[in-house]
Amino acid sequence: MNTKKLKILLGKPGLDGHDVGVKVLGHALVDAGFEVVYTGLRKTIEQIVAKARENEVDIIGLSILSGTHLVLSEQMDSEMKKSGLTIPWVVGGNIPDGDVDAIVMIGAKAAFATGTTIEEVVDFFSSVSTD
Amino acid sequence: MKINKEIPKVKLESGIDVDPLYTQEDVEKSATTIDKSNPGEYPFTRGIHDLMYRKRPFTIRQYAGFGTPTETHERFLYLIKNGQTGLNVAFDLPTQTGLDSDDPRAAGEIGRVGMSVDTLADFEEVFDDIDLDKITVSLTINGSAIILVAMYLAMAQKRGFDISKLRGTAQNDILKEFIGRGTWIFPVDASVKMVVDVIDYCAREVPKYSAVSVCGYHIRESGANPIQEMAYAFCIAKAYIDETLKRGLTIDEFASRLSFNFDIYGNFFEQIAKFRGGRRLWAKIVKEQYNASSDKSSWLRMIAGGGGGGLTKEQPENNIIRSAYYALISALSGTQTMALCSYDEAFTIPTEKAAEISLRTMQILTHEMGLCDTVDPLGGSYYVETLSNQFESEIVKVMETVDAEGGIVNAIATGKIQESISRQAYARESAIQKGEVPKVGVNCFKKEEEVKTVEFHPYDEENAKKAISRLQKVKNERDDDAVEKCLNQIKTDAAANVNLMPSVIEAVKVYATVGEITQTLKDAYGEYDEPIYF
Repeated sequence: MNTKKLKILLGKPGLDGHDVGVKVLGHALVDAGFEVVYTGLRKTIEQIVAKARENEVDIIGLSILSGTHLVLSEQMDSEMKKSGLTIPWVVGGNIPDGDVDAIVMIGAKAAFATGTTIEEVVDFFSSVSTD
Repeated sequence: MKINKEIPKVKLESGIDVDPLYTQEDVEKSATTIDKSNPGEYPFTRGIHDLMYRKRPFTIRQYAGFGTPTETHERFLYLIKNGQTGLNVAFDLPTQTGLDSDDPRAAGEIGRVGMSVDTLADFEEVFDDIDLDKITVSLTINGSAIILVAMYLAMAQKRGFDISKLRGTAQNDILKEFIGRGTWIFPVDASVKMVVDVIDYCAREVPKYSAVSVCGYHIRESGANPIQEMAYAFCIAKAYIDETLKRGLTIDEFASRLSFNFDIYGNFFEQIAKFRGGRRLWAKIVKEQYNASSDKSSWLRMIAGGGGGGLTKEQPENNIIRSAYYALISALSGTQTMALCSYDEAFTIPTEKAAEISLRTMQILTHEMGLCDTVDPLGGSYYVETLSNQFESEIVKVMETVDAEGGIVNAIATGKIQESISRQAYARESAIQKGEVPKVGVNCFKKEEEVKTVEFHPYDEENAKKAISRLQKVKNERDDDAVEKCLNQIKTDAAANVNLMPSVIEAVKVYATVGEITQTLKDAYGEYDEPIYF
C-alpha cells in the first residue's frame, strides 16, 4: 500500500473538444492520490509525448471522443517508438467495444470503452502503480 | 403545508427542495411580483405568442450533416421530404476549428462529425435546390462562425436571394465554447469581437437572421445544473448585448433576433419551470435593464432539445423513451424549435433509422397527442407556477454572483467557471456511479447485456480524399491574386478594428478557404491559451 503513486499525463489529441470526461477522470485520479498533468485541448501526438517527457510522467492517458481513436493510436504508437519513451499509454473515450482489442493490438496498454466506470479506470491505474 | 417528518426529502438537481403538495399559497409566497399575464403578453411566462402552437407548431430541426457536401445534401433532401421544416447543419471538426481538409491536423477528422467545408463551392453544392426562403437553416458553428456565416450569405446572394429577407440562425456563441464543446480558436476578447461583428452586420444587412444562439445547452452538458445553465447563458447574452450596444445600435434594433439553445434532461418539472421562469426573467432583463420598448426584444426565443447528457450506452433503447419525455417537456415549455438527440447518439453519429425515430417522436406529439391544441397547458398548476417563480429568483442569484466576481467574460478567460463546472460534473458522475442518483439501466434495473454489434456510422477515407481533391481543384481554378488581395483586406480591417464581415464576405466570394482566412485572423489576433488547472 505504500508504493509511490503514479504521475499521469492526461492528453486530448486531435481536434475533439469534449473534455467533460477527461476532467471528471482528472478530478477522480487526484482524489485517489495520483499526480495528474493535463495537456488541454487539441494537442498533436508529438506535443503530448513531448509533454510526457518534460514532466517525467509514468503513464499517458489519451481521451478521444470524436471517433478518431484508431488513427490517433497508430500515430501514438509510432511517436512513442520514435521518442524512445517506454512508458505505457492507454486510451479512453467514446470507444466502441469492438475497437478495444484493436487499440491494444496497436500498442496501448489498455483501452476503456464507452460505459466504463470511474472506479474501473482508477483501479486500473492503481494496479499499474503496484506492478 | 405542514410536512410530516417521516416523509423522505426530495431535492432537485438545482438544490431546490420539493414539497409533497403545493397550493395557491405557495404560488403567492414564491412570486416576486404577481404575474397574471396571458401568453403573448409581457413578461411572457406562458409563451411569447398569444396562440403559440395553435397557430404554428414548433419547428422540428434535427442536427445533421456528415461526410462530403454531396452526402449532406442527400440527407437534407431526405429530411425535408420527411417533413422536417428546418435544417441544422453539423460541421466537421477541421471546419469548426478553422483548418482546411489538406491540413495534416485534419487527418482522420474530415467529414467525421459533420460536413466538411473548405470553400464557398462546398456551400453551393450542399444547398443546391433547397429553397432558402422556405427552409430555415441553422449553422452550428462558433470559432469560425464569421467565415461560415459569410459563406452562407455569399451563397444566398449568388443564387439570387435577397439577404435582407433571409431567415436562419448561426450558433456563433463563442463564450460557451470556452466552457464546454471546446472549438475556440482565438483569444477571448478577439473571439467576442467577431461574434459581435456578425450580430452588428446582420442587424443592419440581414435583419431577419438570428446572428447568435446563446447556448445554455453545452454549459449544462459540461456539468452545470439547470439554474446555472440559464444564469450563465443570460450572463453571456448580456455580454454580447453590451458589446453590440457599443457599435451604435439600439437594443430594439437587434435584441429581437437573439436566440437561445437550451438542454433538456433530468427532472421533468424542473426543466419546465426552468423555461417558464427563465423566459419571464429574460423579458424583465431586456425591458428593465436595457430599456427595450418593443415586446419582441424581450422574447426568449429558443430551441430546447433533448440532450445527450441524459442518454446512456446501457440499454440504449431506453433512450427512445427518455427522448420522448424530453420532447414532451420541450412542447410543454413553449419552445420555438425542437431537436432530439437520437437513441444511439451516446456512442455514434445517428443512423438514418435512429434519426427517423427522433423525427417521428416529435411528429407524434404534434399530430397525435394534442400538444399544439392549447397554449401553456401546465399554466396554473400550483407546483409548476411555484417552481417557475423559484427558478426566476434562483437564476438572478447566480447571475449576481457572476457579476460580483468580475463578470462572465473574466470568469471564462481565467477558467474559473470551467473549473467549478467540471468539479460538479465529477460530483454528479460519482453520485450516479455510487447509485445515489438513480439512472435506469445503469445503476438500477440493470441486466446482463448481450454484446451486440451496434450499427456504426462508417468513416469513409474516400470522402477525405475527395474533399482534399475538391479543395485542390477549387484552388487551381480560382484567382489567386484576388484571394491574396482579400486576405490582405481582412488583415487591414483587423488592425483598424473595424467590422470584419464585409471583408470576409468578399474573401469567401473569391474562394479563399476556411483555413486561409482563419490563419489570417490568427496572425492578427493570436490564439487562445487554455487555462489548465490540473
